[in-house]
Amino acid sequence: MSIADEIKDKLASKVINWHEHSVKRIYFSIKPGDIREVASFLFKDLGLRFATASGIDTPGGFEILYHFSFDKSGQIISVRTIIEDKQNSEIDSLAALAPCFEWIEREMWELLGINFIGHPNLTHLLLTEEWPEGKYPLRHEHK
Amino acid sequence: MSHKVIVPIGPYHPLQDEPEFFRLYVEGEKVVDIDIVIGYLHRGIEELSEHKHFDQVTFLVERICGICSTSHPFAYVNAMEDLAKIEVPERALFIRTIIAEMERIHSHLLWLGLAGHFIGYNTVWMWAWRYREPILDMFEMITGNRNHYAMMKVGGVRRDIKNEDIPILKKVLDELVPAVDMFRGAVTDDPVIKARLKGIGILTKQQAIDWAVVGPTARASGLNIDVRKDDPYGVYDRVNWNVIVEKEGDIFAKTVVRILELYESIGIIRQCLDKMPKGEIDANIKDVPPGEGIGRVEAPRGECFHYVRSDGTNRPVRHKIRAPSYMNVASNKVAAVGGTISDSAITLAAVDPCYCCTERLIVLDKHTDKKIMNGWDLIKLSQEKTEKLREAIK
Repeated sequence: MSIADEIKDKLASKVINWHEHSVKRIYFSIKPGDIREVASFLFKDLGLRFATASGIDTPGGFEILYHFSFDKSGQIISVRTIIEDKQNSEIDSLAALAPCFEWIEREMWELLGINFIGHPNLTHLLLTEEWPEGKYPLRHEHK
Repeated sequence: MSHKVIVPIGPYHPLQDEPEFFRLYVEGEKVVDIDIVIGYLHRGIEELSEHKHFDQVTFLVERICGICSTSHPFAYVNAMEDLAKIEVPERALFIRTIIAEMERIHSHLLWLGLAGHFIGYNTVWMWAWRYREPILDMFEMITGNRNHYAMMKVGGVRRDIKNEDIPILKKVLDELVPAVDMFRGAVTDDPVIKARLKGIGILTKQQAIDWAVVGPTARASGLNIDVRKDDPYGVYDRVNWNVIVEKEGDIFAKTVVRILELYESIGIIRQCLDKMPKGEIDANIKDVPPGEGIGRVEAPRGECFHYVRSDGTNRPVRHKIRAPSYMNVASNKVAAVGGTISDSAITLAAVDPCYCCTERLIVLDKHTDKKIMNGWDLIKLSQEKTEKLREAIK
């Protein structure tokens, strides 16, 4: 079974919009509430490597793409989820799953203002401690 | 009575020229915890990228880092070519590969020299940097610059490699091989270096997985991952070369990986120079459709990852950049803990950190807040340990 088939099989009820941009670039969407289960399946069960996550401010909400790499085949599986509520945006932290998720969640918190529920250390990573609260540099509000 | 002493390292780490701040918590000689504070070099490049048009972005990301200055543009153009499904001309793919491998050589030699200095082998330092010079000369010959080569372009490369330059480049590579032999011998045959670096700063295979490290840091811990083999770009799947993997995860293993990779890089460049076809070097891309793309390359420090989203205009809507050191530096949380103060500096340097890409040491007595050691003291401590080992082995 290819990695794509395994995912579609085991996560069937969670997968929305499966899109294969190419053989090596696969994207699928999930509801924010499912991220822990999906990430755990990809990281722990399938043994995919976590490459990074991209947070994007879109008109429809904060979109987060979690990029997982299947090194044996060179495929990147990107899990997309959209947090519609921008006023109180939050999603479960994946820090309990493995330490590799900690830094990027801090970065998305400080640059976009997304709260990662359960993160052990949601403090500034790149910005100074004196950075004004409520100012999120990667939000598109001012544009 | 045991009280914790804090050993802060940075923001100006003695081994590197970039700011970064480590706070080591020490009990006696042993490091029991570490705080890693980054962000001193954060320049808002992802935000800046949204204000540049796609051709300008290549120049922007090149300036993320001086050492791995080709890796970011390469990953970026790969992302754009993934997004727009652009076919890059053959000759351009060869040139890109040659430039990328030359970068790996000069970067690994830089690290080798610094690591040598750090443990008191100043001769290694001088020779590694002496043999790095011809590579930089070749960069200047081909691209006009010793760093920041401005070679990458969406759809191709900006400059060709002239036929008359090829024999000169081949000669430089030929002369590099005996030097790499010398470094390999120096490291693997010297009992003092072995005693100094073996068993130090270990990152286990499971830790390497949990911290999702990449590059030589991962390969030294037994993870057989290398973007050039796993998700080939350029012409890496058309030349013969090996991924170098070691198992112990200590600093010795990380050193061996980097030295052996030098041979592979030399081999890759030679094959590229022989196989490179004539032809166009630029696909002359004018428009980029809406969409998203992911590009990655195996930078000297590991996987360099770029994600770009476009909306059909001439600028990125979003450009996410994740350098390899972002993953690797974080893993010091486990690799540096459990070791001694005298090993801490070389352990932190062993991931070959690039803070520009990712985004420093002092020792404080926790109770009096007095600085008891600075960065130079730590290097001295590290060099002294080597001397003690040398005496013990005699």
